[in-house]
Amino acid sequence: METVIDKIPHVDVDPWTPELIDEPYEMHELVREAGPVAYIPKYDLFVVGRHAEVQAVLTNWETFISSAGVGLANFRHEAPFRPKSILLEADPPDHTVVRTVISRIMSPKNLQQLRDLFEAEAITMVDRVLEKRQVDGVKDIAEYFPLKVFPDAVGLETEGRDNLLLYGDMVFNALGPRNELFERSMEKLKPVSSWIMDHCTREALRPGGLGHLIYEAADKGEINQDQAAMLVRSFLSAGVDTTIGGIANILLTLARHPAEYAKLHANPALARQTFEEGLRYESIVQTIFRTTGKPAEIAGVSIDEDRKVLTLLGSANRDPRKWSEPNRFNVERNPVGHVTFGAGIHGCVGQMIARMEGEIVLRALAKKVKRIELTGRHKRHHNNSLRAMHSLPLELVPA
Amino acid sequence: MPIVHMTVPSGKRIELEVKTGTPIMRAAVDAGTEGIIGECGGAAMCGTCHVLVDEAWLDRLPLMSQNEDDMLECTAVPRQANSRLSCQLRMTEELEGLELTLPERQR
Repeated sequence: METVIDKIPHVDVDPWTPELIDEPYEMHELVREAGPVAYIPKYDLFVVGRHAEVQAVLTNWETFISSAGVGLANFRHEAPFRPKSILLEADPPDHTVVRTVISRIMSPKNLQQLRDLFEAEAITMVDRVLEKRQVDGVKDIAEYFPLKVFPDAVGLETEGRDNLLLYGDMVFNALGPRNELFERSMEKLKPVSSWIMDHCTREALRPGGLGHLIYEAADKGEINQDQAAMLVRSFLSAGVDTTIGGIANILLTLARHPAEYAKLHANPALARQTFEEGLRYESIVQTIFRTTGKPAEIAGVSIDEDRKVLTLLGSANRDPRKWSEPNRFNVERNPVGHVTFGAGIHGCVGQMIARMEGEIVLRALAKKVKRIELTGRHKRHHNNSLRAMHSLPLELVPA
Repeated sequence: MPIVHMTVPSGKRIELEVKTGTPIMRAAVDAGTEGIIGECGGAAMCGTCHVLVDEAWLDRLPLMSQNEDDMLECTAVPRQANSRLSCQLRMTEELEGLELTLPERQR
């Protein structure tokens, strides 16, 4: 009997090879142009790469569920590498309760109170890198800033913050296949996981930080104490590597587009929009999955229950059906509707703090740096779901 | 396609076609409507798709989630009794002719 898999286009690709992690855009085009939904034989997987279908899958949480994992592994049949996230790997009604609490804590109103502190840090950082002039955009800016301000805001001690990088790398590698990248980042699983869990306790966190706000919600009975620790873990898993990658990517992009940087330098008020366009242009999260919780349909194609569906976020962000001149980085574009933070009820809960960090860094640079020049080749850091960077040699020319 | 009437900050009244099932914010942003941002893309995280709903329509809208209620505390123009986030309002046939006003600013 002919099945649905025989009726849809097959794309014979492995998105998790080093080559495609380095340069995914041709593969994106292949998937997008094959059809609204395609099939990847190697992983027995459905894939969507057009904006409309990616958006449709991500916003239809009733059909495309998250509780079976948002990576390649199907938690109905495989054990997750760590206890499931009660935020990311959950469905309503359980999800709604915790999402409401954490949304409120991460709301624009609460974040506004952190703005002055973040701005002061950014100015100090930019003064320091300008003195050096020759910098590694990854170590000196992209890692330095989020690793300082975000854990400070959560209330984490200064010691041992490199564990956050290792843990984030693990979490995002674990969303892909069990390949070498996964195995290598899992080698340190035990010590890093216990460091993280030890720092999710109320006692480990500074009073007044975002972490303590979560425990206060537990004190009020909105969630329980164990859930509070799990939500702090969500902060520590998802809040660092992602922002670092977002900043590294925009620095590279601006260095490669001097005319666009000149517009930002001339008008630092473009900082927020520039960061946003950078997120569209190089999606920091590239791949995220859903599982069909019941028989589903994508663009007229029927899909059985219990199948994994891969959404290619970076591909949706460059779909010519949605964007004019999608491969052009344009700081004057209004990129609202990109799916770098996902969409719908599971849309990244830290997206407003990520935007604030990116905006503040770019604004501080725009004011004091005349040009950002590449002085060598950047090196990608390979991760199964993140468009991350290892190094980025830059020269910053003062204004 | 059902129509929504929207008064934008300049005072102009526009007609917006919104496909059934589509959030009103999305249709407004796609149409390049002035006075609406929708920065977070519809996750009820940013409070920049704030709309004021004509009293006659208020009871016909879907109930407000706790999350939307919380986020309305973060809007640039303080919330009013008829405030909603338009990313949380999906179009239905019953909402044909809905009357909305955009606040003076979203940020």
